[in-house]
Formats: sequence, structure tokens, C-alpha cells
Amino acid sequence: MPEKKRRPKPIWIARDLSRCSGCRKCEIACSLFHEKRIWPEASRIRVFMLIPGVEFPHFCAQCEDHPCVQACPVEALRVSERTQAVLVKSDKCIACGKCIDACPGRIPHMHPRENHILICDLCGGKPQCVKVCQEGGWNVLEAVPRVNRAYKLYARRPEEITRDLAVKMYGAKAEEFI
Amino acid sequence: MNARAPIMGYAGQFLEIDLPTRNIAKQPLDADLLKDYVGGRGLVTKILWDRLGAEWQTIDPLGPENILLFFTGPLTGYFPGGRICVSGKSPQSNGVVGSTVGGELGVELRCAGYDGVVVTGEAETPCYLFINDSDVEIRDANHIWGKDAKETTRILTKECREVLRQRFPKYGEIKQPAILYIGPAGENRVRTAIVAAKWTHAAGYGGYGAVMGSKKLKAVVARGTGPLPEAADIKKVKRLIKMVCDNAYEHKLWRRWGTGAAGYEVGAKTSSEPVRNWQEEWHDEMTFGVDRFEDRVWIKQFWADFGCPTCCLKIAMVKTGKFKGAITDNPDYELQAYLGTNLGIFTPEENVFLASVVDDLGLCGIQTGNVLGFVAELFQREILTKKDLDDIEPKWGDVEAFAALAQKIAFREGIGDLLAEGTYRAALSIEKTKRVDVMPYVVHAKGIGIGAHGIRSGKDYPHNISYVCSVQGGDHTSTTALPLRGPGSEVWSIFDDSAVYCNFNGFGVKRKSKFDFYEAVTGLDLTLEEWYDVKALRILQMQRAMLLLGGPDLKWDSEKHDDNPPRFYEPLPSGPYKGRAAQRAKVKEDRKRYYKEVGWDRSGIPKAETLRKLGLQDVDRELNKIRRGDQGKRKR
Repeated sequence: MPEKKRRPKPIWIARDLSRCSGCRKCEIACSLFHEKRIWPEASRIRVFMLIPGVEFPHFCAQCEDHPCVQACPVEALRVSERTQAVLVKSDKCIACGKCIDACPGRIPHMHPRENHILICDLCGGKPQCVKVCQEGGWNVLEAVPRVNRAYKLYARRPEEITRDLAVKMYGAKAEEFI
Repeated sequence: MNARAPIMGYAGQFLEIDLPTRNIAKQPLDADLLKDYVGGRGLVTKILWDRLGAEWQTIDPLGPENILLFFTGPLTGYFPGGRICVSGKSPQSNGVVGSTVGGELGVELRCAGYDGVVVTGEAETPCYLFINDSDVEIRDANHIWGKDAKETTRILTKECREVLRQRFPKYGEIKQPAILYIGPAGENRVRTAIVAAKWTHAAGYGGYGAVMGSKKLKAVVARGTGPLPEAADIKKVKRLIKMVCDNAYEHKLWRRWGTGAAGYEVGAKTSSEPVRNWQEEWHDEMTFGVDRFEDRVWIKQFWADFGCPTCCLKIAMVKTGKFKGAITDNPDYELQAYLGTNLGIFTPEENVFLASVVDDLGLCGIQTGNVLGFVAELFQREILTKKDLDDIEPKWGDVEAFAALAQKIAFREGIGDLLAEGTYRAALSIEKTKRVDVMPYVVHAKGIGIGAHGIRSGKDYPHNISYVCSVQGGDHTSTTALPLRGPGSEVWSIFDDSAVYCNFNGFGVKRKSKFDFYEAVTGLDLTLEEWYDVKALRILQMQRAMLLLGGPDLKWDSEKHDDNPPRFYEPLPSGPYKGRAAQRAKVKEDRKRYYKEVGWDRSGIPKAETLRKLGLQDVDRELNKIRRGDQGKRKR
């Protein structure tokens, strides 16, 4: 039977950060997919643990207005029409870091060995991080249809997220660890 | 990435840090060495032997001549559940313990381009090691000396990220580096001090926190931005990772409870849990059930180290009452037992509190529970009094008294100075001053307090000679059994600890698959026969040799010390297996069989022919030192 070719609808990765175990399978899966190696620091999704117990994945929130794309001086960034993900043209990128400063969450980071920025590309619409997170039953990450919602709220700095999650987890005691 | 890597899956070099001269060197690792000794426990054993073997008996584990090693293995970061092996001459057994700890340091080190770190000498002032890829520095640690686990973690995370932010202003956000540290206990050379990670993880057995403290090395911090050393067959590795994870995912309650269900079950069901210093091994205290931990104190049910599908760790916090604010992991079974039932403590809140005290001080939960149980029994028997114990009265269940004693141990204050030597050494001193035989109350093997799995009921995994013949003494993660190729034999732990991954994620995974994993990463064939008959045996013999050479403060006489603690021969006084005990005649018989199978002579010393067959002529020569001494005494 011939497969029906349906164009996949754009997705957004919903995230429930306080469920994160810190297993970093998302980093492993992402780097295996993009780099064909286990390479945590070259992963487009990175797990921060600034306080033990307070682990969470930090990756592109796919803002509605894409401030990173607007900030790029050399048009190395564009928005995929198909997936709505931000795509990096690594040969055009001059590693100036302007996209990092433009991102409310300072989410993009440099490739540790090559001269270009790294931003989640949703693996072309089938994100590997979501797959492994679901396999493990953690369900921190979930692919949902992309509709008109305030995704930008999720573009936050690691310190801010850490503070919130730490207080949620450890209560007033969290102040001692921040 | 590393052109020098002689074998796939390895970085091919280690860092050699000489603290007195502050010299930092990158040393290549020879391909044959890696083939024969794999990594982790195997490799540290070989390095220790080569460097210290000839003077082993005179080396003070807490002196500048001891060396401290941190080694990964080829499977670190690949096999789900990252760990690292810490070693040196053990201040507990005077032998070698391959003490592994979870956390990300192993992965960061490998991504930075190193298989391990060797630290020699003693620093003049407190310092820590900061490894960022090829940049390696020895940094001042005066400001964190004396700090507890949580403060040390907080300050180092902040400080090292700040350094990197300044160094790489355009990089983007800098993640946390991985940290191994010691608490005050290690600084004060307490023999039961841990090398720790992430507040609660510990390399406990061996007492390497004290070695680190003697070197004035507060922490090792590492960040690696490279990939893991390239695997020979990454597609196969991917398949194997999936297989190991799927296996773990099937064990739903194991994931849900971790070892936290055992605090009740090992007592109530298998009757092999230490209760009141092993006077009993059975309890039926439902207040200590996993449901209570789950409902009352677990605030994070699934907590993982790198790549881990199991998440046996949980984070616990006391939210109300006297111990409000205490945070630790589960506690896992060992600490539920040793800082719970063994001290007559049967509530999650008190257990979490005491575990958090021990974590913060950088003490080993197992060894500390062992020595505190011993003290409490001496107090119960009025051998030690309130006066001897600086006005503390360690009655069973009095968690605050035990916390006060732990504090004294970590700072070597008053009675703590004696107890900081560990149960066996403390007992030797108490015998002298009190002129009473206290050995019946010491539960150790080779100076290492025995893990919380008793042998008397016969229902748990260790048996007659599991601890008796182990080269790592009381270490419950490296027990042994007959036959040598069978399940439960120490040669298997040697593989886990040398390839360096979490054995918990290996539960239910076939041995063959673990060797396949090794092959997929390294590209090297390894048959079961080769492992059992040659490689593992070689490591085992070397560890045994160093354990028997021992010194300088204590030496083990096989006849006397290849034995269970006296308590294991006392009939269980309670529970479904009441009356059961280890049988001396059977233990002796099994020990004899074990000696024979492993190639040791009647006094438990590896035979010349055994060693020659394994190419260990140099070990054989050194053992003549104790063979001669022994022959004079031997009557048989």
C-alpha cells in the first residue's frame, strides 16, 4: 500500500521542567543525530544543573517573533517554513554571538569546535530529544501542534529557571543554594 | 579527536598532577596496558602496583607518598549511567579499593580528552583542580576549605562558571562543570571520609576522602567540550544503549522505588539488614516502609546521572517538624539501613536528617553507621560511658546523639578523633584502654565496615565467603563467590568497575551483551574466558597482593582475617530465620576451596605458579616478603 504523503504540521516542544531527572538522554540523542557522536556540549539541547536536583533542559523556545533571526547581521539564521524552527547556515555564520544577546533566554551557544552557533532545528520535525524523553516515561518534553501561543515565555535564562525550580522544589531553603 | 588514542573508545592519555611542584603533565596511555587492564579499577590497580608495589608496606595511605587516582573506563558515558573510579592505597584496608561514584565527572573528563587523573604529593595550601579541556589549573581553595558539601558545590559551580564566562565571553551560557569534592571529614583525614559528587553521591569504600584531604585537594572540577572518545561502532553502541535502557524500563517498581524499598523489605523479608549493630537482622517496622518515604519525604522521584534510565536515586526533604529543611537522596538502602535500622532509627524524617548530616560533613554513610552502631552497642553494654563519649549518650534511636557524634568524627573532636579511625582501628584502641574484648561487636572485613547485606539468613545475595575472600573487604558491591566464573563472583565486579559504568543498569543485561558493548566501543574482542581466566584474575591477584602486603599500621593475617566478623556466627535472635548463623566449619571449607580455585596457597597468598602464569613475576617477588615471614609462624 502506498504511504499517504501528508505534510507534517509544525510542532512546538512543550516542556514540564520540574519533571526532568537530569539523565541527559536528550543531549545524547541530539548529538547522536546531529554530530553522529555522543557529544553533550554540541547538543542543541543542554541540561543545566546549577543546583543538584534542579536539572532542566535549556533549548530554543521557538519564539513567535524570532529575535535571534532579526539580530543576525549576516542572514545566517532563517525560519523554516515547514517546521517553524530556526535554521542555522553554518557556513554563513560568523560566530559573532549577536543572536545569543538577542535571545531573552540566552539559549543559543557556540559549537564547541566549529565556528558557528547552535540552535535547535527540531530535527526537521521529529525531535529526537522528545522521543527519548517519552521512551523513558519522564515526559518532560512533548511535541504538540504549533498554534498561536506565547512560546516566548519559555525563552528564559538558566539562572532564572533555576531559581524558580529550586524554590518550587526546596521552598525557602532554596535561598541557601542560589 | 585525539590523534594519540591508541584504541577506540579511549582518550589515550591521563593527567598527572604533582601538587608540591604544581607540575601538570599529560601522559599517554599505552595500548597494551589498556587492553590488559581496561580502565577504572583494573588500571588503577596496575598503576598503583607499578609505582608503589615495591615499597607498599611502608607507604602511609595518608602520607605524601600515596597517590590518588581518578579513572574512567571505556564504557563511561556510553553504557547508561556514568561513574568514575577513585583509588589509591586505602587508609581503611591498606590495600586497593576501586571505589566508584556516580555523577558527571567521568564524562566531562573524557570529553575534555582524558581517561583519568593521577595526583601525587601534598599541596602546601588547600587547592582544587580545574580542568577545562586542555587548560588545567591548580587553583586556590582556602575560601572553601572547611565548607560543607552544599556550600562547596554552590561556590565552585558559581566560581568556575564565572571564570569560563570571562574566558569565553561570546560562547553563550556556560553549563555547570562536574565536581568531585571532599567535606570537612576528608580535610581532617577521617578514614571514613568520602569523595563526593552532587551533595549526596559518594565514593565511600576505601576512605579516599581522607587521602584527598591529606593532599589538601578540596575538589576536582572538570568541563569537557569535546565528544566522548570515538567509538569503534557507533551504530552498534546506539543499539546496545537502547537495549540496556529498554531492559531498565521494564523494571517499573525498581525504577519507582530504587533501593528505597529495601529499608523495610531486607529487614522484614530477607532478614539480612543490620539492626542495632547487627544484633538482629530482622525488623518489621512498617513506619520504615517505602510508602512512607514516597508519601512524606521524596520530592523528586526520578533522579539520574548521565544517561541513566533507572533513576534509582530520589531526592528527599523533610518539610516539617524538628528536622525541617534536611535534604539528601532517597536515602538509598545502604543508608536507610546504616543510618536507620542499625542505629534503631525507624522513621523517614530522622533517617533523612542523619543522612543529610553525614552528606554535608563528607562522611561515608555506611562506615559512619557502622562505627556509630558499634559505639551504641558499647554504650548499651556499659563498656563506654557518657564520660567516655563527651557527655553524649548514644541510645538506640536517638538520632540527635548520633548526629552529634558524626559531627565530632568529622572534625576529630574529643571522642570523634578515635572514632574517625573507623570501627576496627577504634576497637583496637578501646581494647587497650578498657581491657575488654570488643571485637565481638566489630562488623568489618579487612578494616572496611561490611555493607548492609548480612549472610546469616541465607536469603540475601552474599554468602559464607562473600566478604571473607573479597579483595575489597566489606565492600558490598564487590563480594565474591564460588565458582569463580559463576554469578556473584568478584571477577564480575571487576569488569563493571574497570569498564566503569553503573552495575545497576546492568541488572538483567546478559554478560555477553556487556562484552559486546565493550567490543562496540573499543573494537577489541574480549571473550568470557579471556576475562575470567586471565585479565580479571590478574587484577584480582594484584589487589590481593597489595591487601596482604598491607601496612604500615595494620597487616592482615589470612588465617585470622579471612573470616566473617564474630557476629555472623551468632544465631539470629529474631525473625523468620531465627537461629540461623554462618557455620565456621563450612566457611573454612569454602575458603579453602576458594583459595584453591583462585590459585592461592594454604595461607591465602597467591602462589608463585599462579602469578607466573599471569605474567606477574614482579608480584610474586614482592610476596616473598610475607611468605618468608609467614613460613616461620606456620605450624601446619
